[in-house]
This record gives sequence, C-alpha cells and structure tokens, in this order.
Amino acid sequence: MDDSPKFDKSSRYTEDRGIAGAFPGETVTRRRFMEGTVLVTGGIATMAFTLPALGFALGPIFEDTTPTRWESVGPTNDFNDETYVPRVINLIPEVGDPGKTTIYVRRFNPERDKEVDGQDTQPYVAISTRCAHAGCPVRYIQASQKFVCPCHGGVYGFEGDVEGGPPVRPLDRFYTRVEAGQVEIGDRFSLDSELKRFSPRDPGNHLDGLWQYIYPSRPTT
Amino acid sequence: MKLLRPAPPRPGRNGPNGPNGPPPAAKPGVKEKAVEGTAGVVGWLDERTGTTPFLRFLVYRKVPKGTNWYYTLGSATLFAFLSQAVTGVFLAMFYEPDPTRAYESASRITNEVFLGEFVRGMHKWGATVMIILIFLHMARVFFFGAYKYPRELNWLIGVTLLVLVLMMGLTGYLLPFDQRSFWATVVASNITAAGPFVGPYLADFLRAGAEFGPTTIARFYSLHMLVLPGLIIALILAHLYLVVKLGTTAPPWLKAEKKDLLREEV
Repeated sequence: MDDSPKFDKSSRYTEDRGIAGAFPGETVTRRRFMEGTVLVTGGIATMAFTLPALGFALGPIFEDTTPTRWESVGPTNDFNDETYVPRVINLIPEVGDPGKTTIYVRRFNPERDKEVDGQDTQPYVAISTRCAHAGCPVRYIQASQKFVCPCHGGVYGFEGDVEGGPPVRPLDRFYTRVEAGQVEIGDRFSLDSELKRFSPRDPGNHLDGLWQYIYPSRPTT
Repeated sequence: MKLLRPAPPRPGRNGPNGPNGPPPAAKPGVKEKAVEGTAGVVGWLDERTGTTPFLRFLVYRKVPKGTNWYYTLGSATLFAFLSQAVTGVFLAMFYEPDPTRAYESASRITNEVFLGEFVRGMHKWGATVMIILIFLHMARVFFFGAYKYPRELNWLIGVTLLVLVLMMGLTGYLLPFDQRSFWATVVASNITAAGPFVGPYLADFLRAGAEFGPTTIARFYSLHMLVLPGLIIALILAHLYLVVKLGTTAPPWLKAEKKDLLREEV
C-alpha cells in the first residue's frame, strides 16, 4: 500500500517537488530565496571593497606614470661620431642615487650606422648600459670597439648589436635631440636585430619575428 | 565574586561543601586565597572557552609507533615563522619604507637602536634558518611517504607555503636598500619580466611601473609585512588543521600490525 503522493523532482514548482511548506505556484522556496539574497548581498559588499583595492594595486600596470623628460648631457662638440663618450643621466630622479645610470653617447655616423627604412634617424646615438640579457651594466671597450657585459659574457658590437653570449636583442637606446647647442637625452627605446625601433622592453625579452608578440608593448612604456 | 561559581564538591574529600565533612577549621590564608583565585579565573575562562578539551584533543593525539625527532621539523618551522613575525613587527617600528630613507633607517636599527643589531640579526638569519627548516621538513615528508593519500592536499598547501616564504625572502631582500639588495631586486624583476605574455605585466606589478620607481620599495614592504604574512598565517592554520584531522604517518620502515599500530603518546 502506497498512498504517499508522487513527487515530480524535475518540476519547476516547489509544491510538485514535495518540499514541506511549499505554496502553490511557487518556484523557489523562501529559504532558498533568502539564501540567495544573503549570498548576493554579501558578494556585492565584498566586491565593493575588493575591486577598488585590486584596481588600486594593479593600476600601475596600466598607466605610464613617467613623463617624457629631456636631460642635457653637454654641448654638441663634446661628442664625435667615432667613439663613445660616457655620461651619467638621472633616469628616475625620485629614488636618488639608484635612479642614475650610465649611457654612452656619440654622434650619428652615416658611414657606419645602419639606416632603417621608414624610420627617422636620431641625431645622436645614446646607448643604454643595461644588458639585454639580465640587466647587468655593460662597459664599452675602446680597443675592440665592443660593449662587454661582466655577468654572463654578452658581447655587443659598435652599434650595440649582439655579437656573442646570451643577450637576445641589441642594447637599448635613448631618443636624442639638440636644443640650444646642448645634446639632450629623452625616453628609452628597444631595438630588434635589424635595429628597428620598438617601445622599451625588459631585459630578456626577444623582439625578432614572433617574439615581439610574446613580449608585447605594455601600457607602462 | 558573583561571577565565580562555587567550586563543586570533591568526592571523598572534606571541604567546605563536602558531602559529610565538618565546617572549615580555619580561615584560608593569603596564599590559599591567591591559589584559589587564580584557579577561579582560569576555571572561569576554561568553562567559557572550552580550552581544556580543545587542548587535550590537540596535544594528546594518538601518534603512530616510531614517531621520532624528524617529526618535529614542522613545528620547528612554525617557531621560526613566529620568531620572524615577532622580530619583523618590532623592526617595523623603526624602519621607513622610503627610497631616500630606507638605508639610513636600516643602518640606524643596526647601529643605534638598543638591541637593534640583535633583533635585525635574528630576522636576517632566522629567514635563512626558516628556509632550511622548510626544506628539511619537506624532505622528511617526502622520504617518509607522508604526502600520500589522504594527505595530498596538505602537501599542496605546504608547497604553496614554500612559494610564499620564498616570496617573503625576495621582498624582504630589498628592504635594507643597499647596493646588493637594490641590484638583486632589479635582476629579480628582470627575470620575472622574461616570462612570456604575463611576465612583463608581473614585473610591472612588482615595480609599480616599467622601471624601479619611487613606490617600488613601499610595495615590497607592504607585500613583505602584510599580504604575504596574512596568506602564510591562513595557510599554516589550514596545514595544521589537516595535520590534526588526518594524523601523522608511521615511518616507512615500520610494518603495519593490526593492534599495535596506535599507541597513546603522553
């Protein structure tokens, strides 16, 4: 003998599903509704403080906070087109001494320097000493006309192009201009092996062929 | 005090409320009062918090035969962490996470603050000790096979803790802000940036920009003393909960015997 009512578990009405205290025509029990309300309210309240806090912490990834600065490194006749002259520039003045970095500057030499199609040439070549492998400081050796990195043996030629060792792209350069007889140094840019300009990348980031999409340009640079 | 309930009668003893004892012979002295009062406070707290049954459950667990000194490496790591937390909190009272003042405040801790050299030394060497202990603990768990079912989740939590502790090491290394720590951080963020697709963004997050900037050190400081310790504490609690819930394993050289497997360890 089985006179218990038959329940249809797949019905959308709580009454058909045999839930105690169900009202006719009701699809959600009050208990379930309150559970949902509490979860949604709690979720909104949590999001209300976590999302702004996360945005606050992650914000610097999406904005370029360093304005273009032009820093004078001396009069034009300090520099020639045959050899590099070392200069110290203040890349990040806010952090004091650690923000200073050495660069090597010479005048653009039409006979030795490659011209890149569809790209204006900079009047002066300002080479960054940040090695394109792990960021160690490279040094220019006048006798061999090469840049040499002390950490892992990276060697770069006269134009900062990779000649040996682990570096993945030429040395970075800086934009240059001449204002009132003074050579001025601007923002950093990176180069691929054809010396084509790219927005600045971190050391270790390849730039040739498909690599440029694996290490894309970022909003901060 | 009204808050203190009268002590329950003790069976077989003659007391003020003993079942068949005479009234108290003499007034309790100061010492008796103090002992009684302390016991009263402790009892009051214990009755309301359930500390005794909790501690009994936690401390007097059954452990397998053959449990040896290698099983203390996890607790040793925990104490190394507590030491780091305490010394770190006090170092934070004198340290200034500002690129122009960090080095000076760190050297002031070493050279001028009373016991500053000692506390900073404990924090510095304690970090190394903690990482050594973690690896010893990990080796114990690995070679004893204690990561196997049902303890795989605890192994995963442990590995996450290892990564977090290594990140503590990375972020803490910058804080003295001398040449070594600055360049170590530059290289570390360059290595981070060499990862494909997300690497440059992660490095930007660490540096708060494309280059090591004025807020990088504050960011590392916040990660080092708030974000990472919070995560580590939460995961240590989960780690310990699983240890208590699942119990520890017998050393692998012991054969499981039917009745002899468990014994009371007091």
